[in-house]
Amino acid sequence: MKRDIFQAIADPTRRAIIALIALQAMTPNALAENFHTTRQAVSKHLRILTECELVKQEYKGREIYYSLEIEKMKEIDDWLEQYRKIWETRIDQLDELLAAMKKQGEDK
Amino acid sequence: MLLDFTVDKPTQTVSITAEFEAGLDLVWDAYTKAELLDQWYAPKPWASKTKHMNFEVGGRRFYAMVSPEGVERWAVQKYTSITPKTNFKLFNAFADKDENLELPGSDWDLNFSEQGGTTKVTVSIYNESLERMERLIEMGFKAGTEMQINNLEDLLTTLSQR
Repeated sequence: MKRDIFQAIADPTRRAIIALIALQAMTPNALAENFHTTRQAVSKHLRILTECELVKQEYKGREIYYSLEIEKMKEIDDWLEQYRKIWETRIDQLDELLAAMKKQGEDK
Repeated sequence: MLLDFTVDKPTQTVSITAEFEAGLDLVWDAYTKAELLDQWYAPKPWASKTKHMNFEVGGRRFYAMVSPEGVERWAVQKYTSITPKTNFKLFNAFADKDENLELPGSDWDLNFSEQGGTTKVTVSIYNESLERMERLIEMGFKAGTEMQINNLEDLLTTLSQR
């Protein structure tokens, strides 16, 4: 199943993981030390983030290091930009309406 | 007109601040009267259609966003607090055509203030889910695509008549 990227940031633990690995690549064990959850729970979150292509894995010896795919995070911003445009259109329309109402009031 | 739009992802809060060159009375009416809301609320080419609206605490607005082809997307806004010409709060959720809410929804806090003939409106939307944002965007997208196709059809008709 292809995951929706927005599922990734919908969970507070996953957001915390993103914040941590944005600073430096980390192993699942190192990540788990930051949370009151099991190493298994952290692994599950990492799997979801990997499926969303928000993180990449790198093998160094026997350890796997996880780091952030910055480009993918940018996609979220691009997507939010479209939501912003909807509000922009809406506010533009209100602005036009108010101008028309004001004019009507003055003409009376 | 001035527009400021921010999204706080961790708290899922969207804030929209806009300033209008109009008095507070006009702006308040535009946000609280159905016949005026319907004139600006839906991003074109969608249209807003309010079925019923009772602007009082405990009251609600039941409305649809209607696509150019007549597809209706229903939503409900329940008014939870009203301070005339200063603030009102509402609970917003998508619904079906029979007014059954599709939960969860989001909480809106709208603030109004006037200074020297300019009215500032700040809308804060709490617990906005990405899913609901996506539904709105999909509507915009679809409309945009269809508009482009219509424009293309017009162009082709014009060209074929030459």
